[in-house]
Amino acid sequence: MKNRGKLAFQFHAISKGSPFKIPLMSSTVTAGFPSPADDHLDLPIDLNEYLVKHPAATFYVRVQGDSMDDAGIHQGDLLIVDRAEPYTMGSIVLAVLDGEFTVKKLMEKNDSLYLLSSNTAYQPIKIETETDFKVWGVVTYIVHGPL
Amino acid sequence: MFALVDCNNFYVSCERVFNPKLEKRPTIVLSNNDGCVIARSNEAKDLGILMGEPAFKNKNIYKKHKVAILSSNFALYGDMSQRVMSVLSQNSSALEIYSIDEAFIDLSGIPVKKLLSEIKYLKTTVEQWTGIPVSIGVGITKTLAKVANHVAKRSTGVKILIDSREVKKSLKNLKVEDIWGVGRRLKKILNSFGIKNALELSNQNELWVQKYMTIVGRRLQLELKGIICYQLETNLTNKKQICTSRSFGQLVEEFSKLEEATSMYATRCAEKLRYQHSCASVIKVFIQTNSFRKQLPQYRNISFIKLPIPTNSTLKITKAALLGLKTIFKSGYSYHKLGVIIENIVPDTNIQTHLFDNQNYKVQKDLMAAMDKINSINGQDTVKVASQGFRQPWKMRQVRVSPCYTTRWNDFITVKI
Repeated sequence: MKNRGKLAFQFHAISKGSPFKIPLMSSTVTAGFPSPADDHLDLPIDLNEYLVKHPAATFYVRVQGDSMDDAGIHQGDLLIVDRAEPYTMGSIVLAVLDGEFTVKKLMEKNDSLYLLSSNTAYQPIKIETETDFKVWGVVTYIVHGPL
Repeated sequence: MFALVDCNNFYVSCERVFNPKLEKRPTIVLSNNDGCVIARSNEAKDLGILMGEPAFKNKNIYKKHKVAILSSNFALYGDMSQRVMSVLSQNSSALEIYSIDEAFIDLSGIPVKKLLSEIKYLKTTVEQWTGIPVSIGVGITKTLAKVANHVAKRSTGVKILIDSREVKKSLKNLKVEDIWGVGRRLKKILNSFGIKNALELSNQNELWVQKYMTIVGRRLQLELKGIICYQLETNLTNKKQICTSRSFGQLVEEFSKLEEATSMYATRCAEKLRYQHSCASVIKVFIQTNSFRKQLPQYRNISFIKLPIPTNSTLKITKAALLGLKTIFKSGYSYHKLGVIIENIVPDTNIQTHLFDNQNYKVQKDLMAAMDKINSINGQDTVKVASQGFRQPWKMRQVRVSPCYTTRWNDFITVKI
Protein backbone atom coordinates (compact mmCIF):
# COMPACT_ATOMS: atom_id res chain seq x y z
CA MET A 1 0.00 0.00 0.00
CA LYS A 2 2.80 2.36 0.80
CA ASN A 3 3.99 2.94 -2.75
CA ARG A 4 0.50 4.12 -3.68
CA GLY A 5 1.57 7.30 -1.92
CA LYS A 6 -1.72 8.41 -0.39
CA LEU A 7 -3.97 6.71 2.11
CA ALA A 8 -7.34 8.28 2.41
CA PHE A 9 -9.07 8.22 5.77
CA GLN A 10 -12.46 9.73 5.54
CA PHE A 11 -15.14 8.92 8.01
CA HIS A 12 -18.44 10.06 6.75
CA ALA A 13 -21.05 11.51 9.00
CA ILE A 14 -23.67 8.91 9.78
CA SER A 15 -27.24 9.02 8.66
CA LYS A 16 -30.07 11.13 10.03
CA GLY A 17 -31.30 10.34 13.48
CA SER A 18 -27.89 9.88 14.97
CA PRO A 19 -27.39 12.63 17.54
CA PHE A 20 -23.65 12.97 17.36
CA LYS A 21 -21.22 12.96 14.51
CA ILE A 22 -17.95 11.49 15.61
CA PRO A 23 -14.91 12.26 13.50
CA LEU A 24 -12.36 9.62 14.34
CA MET A 25 -9.74 11.21 12.18
CA SER A 26 -10.47 13.90 9.69
CA SER A 27 -7.42 14.58 7.62
CA THR A 28 -6.17 12.89 4.50
CA VAL A 29 -2.92 11.33 5.58
CA THR A 30 0.15 11.45 3.40
CA ALA A 31 2.17 8.43 4.36
CA GLY A 32 4.66 9.36 7.02
CA PHE A 33 3.15 12.71 7.98
CA PRO A 34 -0.10 12.40 9.89
CA SER A 35 -1.80 15.61 10.90
CA PRO A 36 -0.53 16.78 14.30
CA ALA A 37 -4.12 17.65 15.20
CA ASP A 38 -5.47 14.13 14.89
CA ASP A 39 -4.66 13.24 18.46
CA HIS A 40 -6.55 16.27 19.72
CA LEU A 41 -9.87 16.08 17.96
CA ASP A 42 -13.00 17.11 19.80
CA LEU A 43 -16.58 16.24 18.95
CA PRO A 44 -18.31 18.83 16.81
CA ILE A 45 -20.58 21.18 18.71
CA ASP A 46 -24.18 20.07 18.80
CA LEU A 47 -26.52 22.92 19.78
CA ASN A 48 -29.08 20.41 21.05
CA GLU A 49 -26.78 19.62 23.95
CA TYR A 50 -26.92 23.24 25.01
CA LEU A 51 -30.55 24.04 24.27
CA VAL A 52 -32.36 20.78 25.00
CA LYS A 53 -31.95 19.30 28.45
CA HIS A 54 -34.81 16.79 28.26
CA PRO A 55 -35.35 15.72 24.64
CA ALA A 56 -38.43 13.61 25.45
CA ALA A 57 -40.09 16.59 27.13
CA THR A 58 -39.02 19.38 24.79
CA PHE A 59 -41.28 20.98 22.19
CA TYR A 60 -40.99 23.93 19.83
CA VAL A 61 -43.46 26.75 19.54
CA ARG A 62 -43.74 29.79 17.28
CA VAL A 63 -45.01 33.10 18.68
CA GLN A 64 -47.15 35.83 17.22
CA GLY A 65 -47.65 39.18 18.94
CA ASP A 66 -45.77 41.79 20.94
CA SER A 67 -46.95 41.27 24.51
CA MET A 68 -43.64 39.75 25.61
CA ASP A 69 -41.31 42.19 23.83
CA ASP A 70 -39.50 43.31 26.98
CA ALA A 71 -38.72 39.71 27.88
CA GLY A 72 -36.92 39.35 24.56
CA ILE A 73 -39.72 37.35 22.92
CA HIS A 74 -40.67 38.89 19.60
CA GLN A 75 -43.04 38.26 16.72
CA GLY A 76 -42.00 35.13 14.80
CA ASP A 77 -39.54 33.82 17.39
CA LEU A 78 -39.11 30.13 18.07
CA LEU A 79 -39.45 29.10 21.71
CA ILE A 80 -37.96 26.01 23.25
CA VAL A 81 -40.41 24.69 25.81
CA ASP A 82 -39.43 22.07 28.37
CA ARG A 83 -42.20 20.23 30.21
CA ALA A 84 -39.78 18.52 32.57
CA GLU A 85 -38.26 21.74 33.88
CA PRO A 86 -39.81 22.82 37.19
CA TYR A 87 -41.34 26.31 37.17
CA THR A 88 -41.16 28.91 39.90
CA MET A 89 -42.59 32.36 40.34
CA GLY A 90 -40.91 34.50 37.71
CA SER A 91 -40.67 31.68 35.14
CA ILE A 92 -41.82 32.41 31.61
CA VAL A 93 -44.26 29.66 30.78
CA LEU A 94 -46.39 28.31 27.98
CA ALA A 95 -49.76 28.14 29.69
CA VAL A 96 -53.25 27.07 28.73
CA LEU A 97 -55.85 29.65 29.66
CA ASP A 98 -59.49 28.78 28.93
CA GLY A 99 -58.45 26.38 26.21
CA GLU A 100 -56.02 28.79 24.51
CA PHE A 101 -52.23 28.74 24.59
CA THR A 102 -50.40 31.81 25.82
CA VAL A 103 -46.88 32.74 26.87
CA LYS A 104 -46.58 34.83 30.03
CA LYS A 105 -44.53 35.39 33.15
CA LEU A 106 -45.86 33.57 36.22
CA MET A 107 -46.23 35.74 39.36
CA GLU A 108 -47.77 35.51 42.80
CA LYS A 109 -49.12 38.46 44.76
CA ASN A 110 -51.25 38.43 47.92
CA ASP A 111 -51.87 34.70 47.56
CA SER A 112 -53.17 35.15 44.03
CA LEU A 113 -51.62 33.88 40.83
CA TYR A 114 -51.05 36.28 37.95
CA LEU A 115 -49.89 36.01 34.36
CA LEU A 116 -47.82 39.04 33.43
CA SER A 117 -47.05 40.37 29.98
CA SER A 118 -43.70 41.99 29.37
CA ASN A 119 -45.10 45.02 27.66
CA THR A 120 -46.70 47.91 29.53
CA ALA A 121 -49.54 48.05 27.01
CA TYR A 122 -51.00 44.82 28.45
CA GLN A 123 -52.69 44.30 31.82
CA PRO A 124 -51.80 41.43 34.16
CA ILE A 125 -54.27 38.53 34.12
CA LYS A 126 -55.46 37.30 37.50
CA ILE A 127 -56.07 33.57 37.77
CA GLU A 128 -59.35 33.10 39.57
CA THR A 129 -60.20 29.78 41.19
CA GLU A 130 -62.74 29.07 38.45
CA THR A 131 -60.32 29.92 35.62
CA ASP A 132 -59.42 26.95 33.48
CA PHE A 133 -55.66 27.26 33.75
CA LYS A 134 -52.57 25.09 33.65
CA VAL A 135 -48.88 25.45 33.01
CA TRP A 136 -48.01 23.44 29.88
CA GLY A 137 -44.24 23.90 30.01
CA VAL A 138 -41.40 26.26 30.81
CA VAL A 139 -39.84 28.45 28.13
CA THR A 140 -36.14 27.66 28.45
CA TYR A 141 -34.70 29.38 25.36
CA ILE A 142 -35.76 31.86 22.71
CA VAL A 143 -34.41 31.43 19.21
CA HIS A 144 -34.27 34.87 17.67
CA GLY A 145 -32.46 36.20 14.61
CA PRO A 146 -30.69 39.59 14.57
CA LEU A 147 -32.97 42.54 13.89
CA MET B 1 -42.90 -8.61 39.07
CA PHE B 2 -44.06 -6.84 35.91
CA ALA B 3 -45.78 -3.55 35.23
CA LEU B 4 -47.83 -2.82 32.16
CA VAL B 5 -47.94 0.87 31.28
CA ASP B 6 -50.76 1.72 28.91
CA CYS B 7 -51.47 5.18 27.50
CA ASN B 8 -55.07 6.21 28.03
CA ASN B 9 -56.99 6.73 24.78
CA PHE B 10 -53.58 7.30 23.21
CA TYR B 11 -54.43 8.91 19.86
CA VAL B 12 -56.99 11.23 21.42
CA SER B 13 -54.55 12.13 24.20
CA CYS B 14 -51.86 13.03 21.62
CA GLU B 15 -54.27 15.37 19.87
CA ARG B 16 -55.29 16.97 23.15
CA VAL B 17 -51.73 17.80 24.16
CA PHE B 18 -51.54 20.28 21.29
CA ASN B 19 -55.17 21.25 21.07
CA PRO B 20 -56.38 21.96 24.63
CA LYS B 21 -59.81 22.97 23.32
CA LEU B 22 -60.52 19.26 22.84
CA GLU B 23 -60.20 18.74 26.60
CA LYS B 24 -63.54 17.53 28.04
CA ARG B 25 -65.11 17.53 24.58
CA PRO B 26 -66.05 14.08 23.22
CA THR B 27 -63.33 13.30 20.69
CA ILE B 28 -62.77 10.44 18.28
CA VAL B 29 -59.97 9.54 15.85
CA LEU B 30 -60.75 7.73 12.60
CA SER B 31 -58.73 5.02 10.84
CA ASN B 32 -56.86 5.53 7.58
CA ASN B 33 -59.34 6.66 4.96
CA ASP B 34 -61.55 8.03 7.73
CA GLY B 35 -63.32 4.68 7.69
CA CYS B 36 -64.04 3.75 11.28
CA VAL B 37 -63.45 4.83 14.86
CA ILE B 38 -60.06 3.74 16.25
CA ALA B 39 -59.79 5.92 19.36
CA ARG B 40 -62.32 7.49 21.71
CA SER B 41 -62.07 9.91 24.57
CA ASN B 42 -63.88 8.88 27.77
CA GLU B 43 -66.65 11.36 26.93
CA ALA B 44 -67.08 9.66 23.54
CA LYS B 45 -67.21 6.24 25.20
CA ASP B 46 -69.92 7.53 27.52
CA LEU B 47 -71.99 8.51 24.47
CA GLY B 48 -71.96 4.85 23.46
CA ILE B 49 -69.61 5.31 20.48
CA LEU B 50 -67.97 1.92 19.87
CA MET B 51 -64.45 0.98 18.89
CA GLY B 52 -64.35 0.10 15.20
CA GLU B 53 -67.78 1.42 14.34
CA PRO B 54 -68.09 2.95 10.85
CA ALA B 55 -67.66 6.71 10.96
CA PHE B 56 -70.93 7.35 9.19
CA LYS B 57 -73.03 5.14 11.47
CA ASN B 58 -73.83 7.60 14.22
CA LYS B 59 -73.59 10.94 12.44
CA ASN B 60 -76.59 12.25 14.37
CA ILE B 61 -75.05 11.51 17.74
CA TYR B 62 -71.81 13.15 16.63
CA LYS B 63 -73.66 16.25 15.58
CA LYS B 64 -75.88 16.47 18.63
CA HIS B 65 -73.02 16.17 21.10
CA LYS B 66 -70.52 18.22 19.06
CA VAL B 67 -68.11 15.28 18.89
CA ALA B 68 -64.69 16.35 17.59
CA ILE B 69 -63.80 14.02 14.71
CA LEU B 70 -60.17 13.72 13.62
CA SER B 71 -58.33 11.79 10.92
CA SER B 72 -55.41 9.76 12.22
CA ASN B 73 -52.02 11.49 12.31
CA PHE B 74 -49.53 8.68 12.74
CA ALA B 75 -46.49 10.94 12.36
CA LEU B 76 -47.61 12.70 15.53
CA TYR B 77 -48.59 9.52 17.41
CA GLY B 78 -45.29 7.86 16.51
CA ASP B 79 -43.26 10.76 17.85
CA MET B 80 -45.30 11.02 21.05
CA SER B 81 -44.97 7.26 21.54
CA GLN B 82 -41.19 7.51 21.32
CA ARG B 83 -41.24 10.25 23.94
CA VAL B 84 -43.36 8.18 26.33
CA MET B 85 -41.12 5.12 25.84
CA SER B 86 -38.02 7.24 26.35
CA VAL B 87 -39.30 8.57 29.70
CA LEU B 88 -40.19 5.02 30.76
CA SER B 89 -36.80 3.64 29.82
CA GLN B 90 -35.01 6.42 31.69
CA ASN B 91 -36.93 5.41 34.80
CA SER B 92 -36.76 1.63 34.68
CA SER B 93 -34.17 -1.10 34.52
CA ALA B 94 -35.72 -3.01 31.62
CA LEU B 95 -38.45 -2.12 29.19
CA GLU B 96 -40.33 -4.01 26.50
CA ILE B 97 -42.16 -1.81 24.02
CA TYR B 98 -45.22 -3.90 23.32
CA SER B 99 -47.14 -1.59 21.00
CA ILE B 100 -47.39 2.09 20.09
CA ASP B 101 -49.06 2.82 23.42
CA GLU B 102 -48.09 -0.05 25.75
CA ALA B 103 -44.90 -1.17 27.45
CA PHE B 104 -43.94 -3.81 29.98
CA ILE B 105 -41.45 -2.95 32.70
CA ASP B 106 -39.44 -5.33 34.86
CA LEU B 107 -39.90 -4.36 38.51
CA SER B 108 -37.89 -7.16 40.10
CA GLY B 109 -35.50 -5.73 42.66
CA ILE B 110 -37.94 -3.13 43.91
CA PRO B 111 -39.21 -3.97 47.43
CA VAL B 112 -42.96 -4.56 47.54
CA LYS B 113 -43.63 -1.74 49.98
CA LYS B 114 -41.96 0.73 47.63
CA LEU B 115 -43.87 -0.44 44.55
CA LEU B 116 -46.81 1.90 44.86
CA SER B 117 -44.78 5.08 45.27
CA GLU B 118 -42.54 3.93 42.45
CA ILE B 119 -45.32 3.46 39.90
CA LYS B 120 -47.13 6.60 41.03
CA TYR B 121 -43.92 8.50 40.36
CA LEU B 122 -43.64 6.87 36.94
CA LYS B 123 -47.21 7.83 36.10
CA THR B 124 -46.80 11.48 37.09
CA THR B 125 -43.44 11.76 35.34
CA VAL B 126 -44.77 10.46 32.01
CA GLU B 127 -47.75 12.79 32.26
CA GLN B 128 -45.62 15.77 33.24
CA TRP B 129 -42.98 15.23 30.55
CA THR B 130 -45.19 14.28 27.62
CA GLY B 131 -48.73 15.33 28.51
CA ILE B 132 -49.95 11.76 27.91
CA PRO B 133 -51.98 10.21 30.76
CA VAL B 134 -51.14 6.56 31.47
CA SER B 135 -52.47 3.69 33.56
CA ILE B 136 -50.11 1.26 35.25
CA GLY B 137 -50.93 -2.24 36.44
CA VAL B 138 -48.53 -4.47 38.38
CA GLY B 139 -48.71 -8.25 38.58
CA ILE B 140 -46.57 -11.32 39.14
CA THR B 141 -46.77 -12.28 35.46
CA LYS B 142 -47.22 -10.22 32.32
CA THR B 143 -50.75 -11.57 31.92
CA LEU B 144 -51.63 -10.55 35.49
CA ALA B 145 -50.02 -7.13 34.92
CA LYS B 146 -52.42 -6.75 32.02
CA VAL B 147 -55.31 -7.73 34.28
CA ALA B 148 -54.11 -5.20 36.87
CA ASN B 149 -54.00 -2.54 34.18
CA HIS B 150 -57.60 -3.34 33.32
CA VAL B 151 -58.48 -2.64 36.96
CA ALA B 152 -56.28 0.48 37.09
CA LYS B 153 -58.06 2.01 34.08
CA ARG B 154 -61.35 1.81 35.95
CA SER B 155 -60.02 3.32 39.19
CA THR B 156 -57.17 5.68 40.02
CA GLY B 157 -54.88 4.75 37.15
CA VAL B 158 -52.53 2.58 39.21
CA LYS B 159 -53.11 -0.92 40.59
CA ILE B 160 -50.87 -3.46 42.25
CA LEU B 161 -52.41 -6.89 42.00
CA ILE B 162 -50.40 -9.27 44.19
CA ASP B 163 -52.62 -10.31 47.08
CA SER B 164 -54.01 -13.72 46.07
CA ARG B 165 -57.54 -13.00 47.25
CA GLU B 166 -57.59 -9.77 45.29
CA VAL B 167 -56.22 -11.54 42.23
CA LYS B 168 -59.06 -14.04 42.40
CA LYS B 169 -61.62 -11.28 42.73
CA SER B 170 -60.23 -9.41 39.73
CA LEU B 171 -60.12 -12.57 37.62
CA LYS B 172 -63.72 -13.27 38.50
CA ASN B 173 -64.71 -9.82 37.27
CA LEU B 174 -62.78 -10.21 34.02
CA LYS B 175 -64.55 -11.64 31.00
CA VAL B 176 -62.52 -14.25 29.12
CA GLU B 177 -62.47 -12.12 25.98
CA ASP B 178 -60.70 -9.37 27.93
CA ILE B 179 -57.79 -11.64 28.83
CA TRP B 180 -54.57 -10.88 26.99
CA GLY B 181 -54.36 -13.23 24.01
CA VAL B 182 -57.95 -14.43 23.93
CA GLY B 183 -59.57 -13.55 20.63
CA ARG B 184 -63.04 -13.96 19.24
CA ARG B 185 -62.54 -17.60 18.26
CA LEU B 186 -61.28 -18.68 21.68
CA LYS B 187 -64.02 -16.73 23.38
CA LYS B 188 -66.61 -18.76 21.45
CA ILE B 189 -65.02 -22.07 22.40
CA LEU B 190 -64.70 -21.10 26.06
CA ASN B 191 -68.21 -19.73 26.30
CA SER B 192 -69.63 -22.86 24.72
CA PHE B 193 -68.15 -24.81 27.64
CA GLY B 194 -69.60 -22.33 30.09
CA ILE B 195 -66.30 -20.60 30.85
CA LYS B 196 -67.18 -16.94 31.08
CA ASN B 197 -64.59 -15.28 33.31
CA ALA B 198 -60.84 -15.47 33.83
CA LEU B 199 -61.11 -17.23 37.20
CA GLU B 200 -63.07 -20.08 35.65
CA LEU B 201 -60.37 -20.45 33.01
CA SER B 202 -57.65 -20.36 35.65
CA ASN B 203 -59.38 -23.14 37.63
CA GLN B 204 -60.08 -25.31 34.59
CA ASN B 205 -58.55 -28.78 34.36
CA GLU B 206 -55.16 -28.44 32.72
CA LEU B 207 -55.60 -31.41 30.38
CA TRP B 208 -58.81 -29.86 29.14
CA VAL B 209 -57.02 -26.58 28.51
CA GLN B 210 -54.21 -28.33 26.68
CA LYS B 211 -56.71 -30.16 24.51
CA TYR B 212 -58.91 -27.23 23.54
CA MET B 213 -56.47 -24.33 23.74
CA THR B 214 -53.12 -25.99 22.95
CA ILE B 215 -49.87 -25.09 24.67
CA VAL B 216 -50.58 -21.38 24.21
CA GLY B 217 -53.71 -21.71 26.32
CA ARG B 218 -51.85 -23.74 28.92
CA ARG B 219 -49.27 -20.98 29.26
CA LEU B 220 -52.05 -18.44 29.56
CA GLN B 221 -53.59 -20.48 32.37
CA LEU B 222 -50.27 -20.77 34.20
CA GLU B 223 -49.71 -17.03 33.87
CA LEU B 224 -53.14 -16.39 35.37
CA LYS B 225 -52.12 -18.63 38.28
CA GLY B 226 -49.02 -16.50 38.80
CA ILE B 227 -46.42 -18.74 37.15
CA ILE B 228 -44.20 -16.82 34.76
CA CYS B 229 -44.18 -18.19 31.19
CA TYR B 230 -43.38 -15.00 29.33
CA GLN B 231 -40.28 -12.98 30.12
CA LEU B 232 -39.64 -9.41 29.10
CA GLU B 233 -38.50 -9.25 25.49
CA THR B 234 -35.97 -6.49 25.55
CA ASN B 235 -33.60 -7.14 22.65
CA LEU B 236 -34.76 -4.73 20.06
CA THR B 237 -34.43 -6.99 17.07
CA ASN B 238 -34.93 -5.26 13.77
CA LYS B 239 -38.15 -6.13 12.04
CA LYS B 240 -38.13 -9.41 10.13
CA GLN B 241 -40.74 -8.21 7.73
CA ILE B 242 -41.71 -4.74 6.58
CA CYS B 243 -45.12 -4.15 5.14
CA THR B 244 -46.76 -1.04 3.76
CA SER B 245 -50.34 -1.52 2.73
CA ARG B 246 -53.40 0.64 2.60
CA SER B 247 -56.96 0.62 1.43
CA PHE B 248 -57.66 3.05 -1.36
CA GLY B 249 -59.84 6.10 -0.95
CA GLN B 250 -61.98 4.77 -3.81
CA LEU B 251 -62.01 1.52 -5.78
CA VAL B 252 -59.28 1.43 -8.42
CA GLU B 253 -59.40 -0.38 -11.77
CA GLU B 254 -56.59 1.08 -13.84
CA PHE B 255 -53.17 -0.56 -13.88
CA SER B 256 -51.46 2.85 -14.00
CA LYS B 257 -52.97 3.88 -10.66
CA LEU B 258 -51.99 0.59 -9.06
CA GLU B 259 -48.48 1.21 -10.38
CA GLU B 260 -48.39 4.56 -8.61
CA ALA B 261 -49.56 3.06 -5.34
CA THR B 262 -47.04 0.22 -5.64
CA SER B 263 -44.22 2.72 -6.21
CA MET B 264 -45.23 4.76 -3.23
CA TYR B 265 -45.49 1.79 -0.85
CA ALA B 266 -42.22 0.37 -2.16
CA THR B 267 -40.64 3.76 -1.45
CA ARG B 268 -41.94 3.69 2.13
CA CYS B 269 -40.57 0.16 2.63
CA ALA B 270 -37.15 1.13 1.28
CA GLU B 271 -37.07 4.14 3.61
CA LYS B 272 -37.88 1.94 6.59
CA LEU B 273 -35.12 -0.46 5.56
CA ARG B 274 -32.55 2.32 5.35
CA TYR B 275 -33.73 3.74 8.66
CA GLN B 276 -32.94 0.47 10.41
CA HIS B 277 -29.73 -0.02 8.38
CA SER B 278 -30.90 -3.15 6.62
CA CYS B 279 -31.24 -4.58 3.15
CA ALA B 280 -33.71 -7.14 1.87
CA SER B 281 -33.96 -9.56 -1.01
CA VAL B 282 -37.59 -10.66 -1.15
CA ILE B 283 -40.24 -8.29 -2.45
CA LYS B 284 -43.89 -9.28 -2.44
CA VAL B 285 -46.85 -7.33 -3.75
CA PHE B 286 -50.46 -8.17 -3.03
CA ILE B 287 -53.70 -6.80 -4.45
CA GLN B 288 -57.25 -7.53 -3.44
CA THR B 289 -60.79 -6.49 -4.25
CA ASN B 290 -63.29 -5.46 -1.59
CA SER B 291 -64.70 -8.65 -0.10
CA PHE B 292 -67.60 -6.71 1.41
CA ARG B 293 -68.83 -5.70 -2.03
CA LYS B 294 -70.18 -9.13 -2.85
CA GLN B 295 -71.93 -8.02 -6.04
CA LEU B 296 -68.54 -7.20 -7.62
CA PRO B 297 -66.21 -9.89 -9.04
CA GLN B 298 -63.62 -10.92 -6.46
CA TYR B 299 -59.90 -11.47 -6.95
CA ARG B 300 -56.81 -11.49 -4.79
CA ASN B 301 -53.25 -12.51 -5.44
CA ILE B 302 -49.70 -12.06 -4.23
CA SER B 303 -46.45 -11.96 -6.19
CA PHE B 304 -43.02 -13.04 -5.04
CA ILE B 305 -39.71 -11.77 -6.37
CA LYS B 306 -36.29 -12.69 -5.03
CA LEU B 307 -33.39 -10.41 -5.86
CA PRO B 308 -29.92 -11.93 -6.22
CA ILE B 309 -28.38 -9.36 -3.89
CA PRO B 310 -30.13 -7.72 -0.92
CA THR B 311 -30.74 -4.00 -1.40
CA ASN B 312 -32.33 -0.99 0.25
CA SER B 313 -32.36 1.22 -2.81
CA THR B 314 -35.74 2.77 -3.53
CA LEU B 315 -35.07 2.39 -7.25
CA LYS B 316 -34.37 -1.34 -7.12
CA ILE B 317 -37.16 -2.20 -4.71
CA THR B 318 -39.65 -0.16 -6.74
CA LYS B 319 -38.54 -1.84 -9.94
CA ALA B 320 -38.99 -5.30 -8.43
CA ALA B 321 -42.35 -4.41 -6.90
CA LEU B 322 -43.66 -3.07 -10.22
CA LEU B 323 -42.55 -6.23 -11.96
CA GLY B 324 -44.37 -8.23 -9.29
CA LEU B 325 -47.54 -6.19 -9.75
CA LYS B 326 -47.43 -6.85 -13.49
CA THR B 327 -47.41 -10.60 -12.93
CA ILE B 328 -50.55 -10.63 -10.76
CA PHE B 329 -52.61 -7.79 -12.17
CA LYS B 330 -55.84 -8.77 -13.96
CA SER B 331 -58.03 -6.21 -15.61
CA GLY B 332 -61.77 -6.12 -15.04
CA TYR B 333 -61.62 -5.96 -11.25
CA SER B 334 -62.10 -3.05 -8.88
CA TYR B 335 -59.23 -3.12 -6.42
CA HIS B 336 -59.66 -2.05 -2.85
CA LYS B 337 -56.31 -2.69 -1.26
CA LEU B 338 -52.67 -3.05 -2.25
CA GLY B 339 -49.57 -3.75 -0.23
CA VAL B 340 -45.83 -4.20 -0.56
CA ILE B 341 -44.08 -6.67 1.76
CA ILE B 342 -40.32 -6.92 2.19
CA GLU B 343 -38.68 -10.03 3.63
CA ASN B 344 -35.29 -11.74 4.04
CA ILE B 345 -33.97 -8.71 5.86
CA VAL B 346 -30.27 -8.58 6.69
CA PRO B 347 -28.01 -5.89 8.18
CA ASP B 348 -26.61 -3.59 5.48
CA THR B 349 -23.09 -4.18 6.74
CA ASN B 350 -22.68 -7.72 5.44
CA ILE B 351 -24.05 -7.84 1.95
CA GLN B 352 -22.75 -10.73 -0.06
CA THR B 353 -22.22 -9.67 -3.67
CA HIS B 354 -21.40 -12.14 -6.40
CA LEU B 355 -18.52 -12.54 -8.73
CA PHE B 356 -19.89 -10.84 -11.81
CA ASP B 357 -21.52 -8.04 -9.91
CA ASN B 358 -20.43 -4.76 -11.46
CA GLN B 359 -22.77 -2.37 -9.70
CA ASN B 360 -21.50 0.79 -8.13
CA TYR B 361 -22.85 0.49 -4.59
CA LYS B 362 -21.26 3.70 -3.39
CA VAL B 363 -23.13 5.80 -5.94
CA GLN B 364 -26.42 4.10 -5.05
CA LYS B 365 -25.85 4.60 -1.37
CA ASP B 366 -24.98 8.27 -1.78
CA LEU B 367 -28.03 8.82 -3.97
CA MET B 368 -30.34 7.31 -1.35
CA ALA B 369 -28.66 9.27 1.46
CA ALA B 370 -29.16 12.49 -0.51
CA MET B 371 -32.79 11.61 -1.16
CA ASP B 372 -33.43 10.83 2.52
CA LYS B 373 -31.81 14.07 3.58
CA ILE B 374 -33.80 16.24 1.18
CA ASN B 375 -37.04 14.51 2.15
CA SER B 376 -36.35 14.79 5.86
CA ILE B 377 -35.88 18.54 5.57
CA ASN B 378 -38.51 19.39 2.97
CA GLY B 379 -41.12 16.75 3.71
CA GLN B 380 -41.95 13.25 2.52
CA ASP B 381 -41.76 12.70 -1.25
CA THR B 382 -40.18 16.05 -2.14
CA VAL B 383 -37.86 13.91 -4.26
CA LYS B 384 -39.43 10.70 -5.50
CA VAL B 385 -39.38 8.18 -8.31
CA ALA B 386 -41.59 9.36 -11.17
CA SER B 387 -43.60 6.12 -11.20
CA GLN B 388 -45.24 7.27 -7.95
CA GLY B 389 -47.24 9.72 -10.04
CA PHE B 390 -48.20 13.23 -9.11
CA ARG B 391 -51.93 13.49 -8.54
CA GLN B 392 -52.40 10.20 -6.76
CA PRO B 393 -56.21 10.16 -6.94
CA TRP B 394 -56.28 6.75 -5.23
CA LYS B 395 -54.71 8.16 -2.10
CA MET B 396 -56.25 7.95 1.34
CA ARG B 397 -59.09 10.19 2.32
CA GLN B 398 -58.04 12.14 5.38
CA VAL B 399 -60.18 15.17 5.74
CA ARG B 400 -59.48 16.23 9.29
CA VAL B 401 -55.86 15.49 9.93
CA SER B 402 -54.08 17.64 12.54
CA PRO B 403 -50.65 19.25 11.96
CA CYS B 404 -47.49 17.25 12.76
CA TYR B 405 -46.79 19.50 15.73
CA THR B 406 -43.58 17.81 16.80
CA THR B 407 -41.90 16.63 13.62
CA ARG B 408 -42.30 19.34 10.96
CA TRP B 409 -40.88 22.84 11.03
CA ASN B 410 -43.98 24.37 9.49
CA ASP B 411 -46.36 22.57 11.82
CA PHE B 412 -45.22 23.81 15.25
CA ILE B 413 -47.97 25.32 17.39
CA THR B 414 -48.26 29.06 16.89
CA VAL B 415 -49.13 30.93 20.07
CA LYS B 416 -50.70 34.36 19.99
CA ILE B 417 -49.23 36.39 22.83
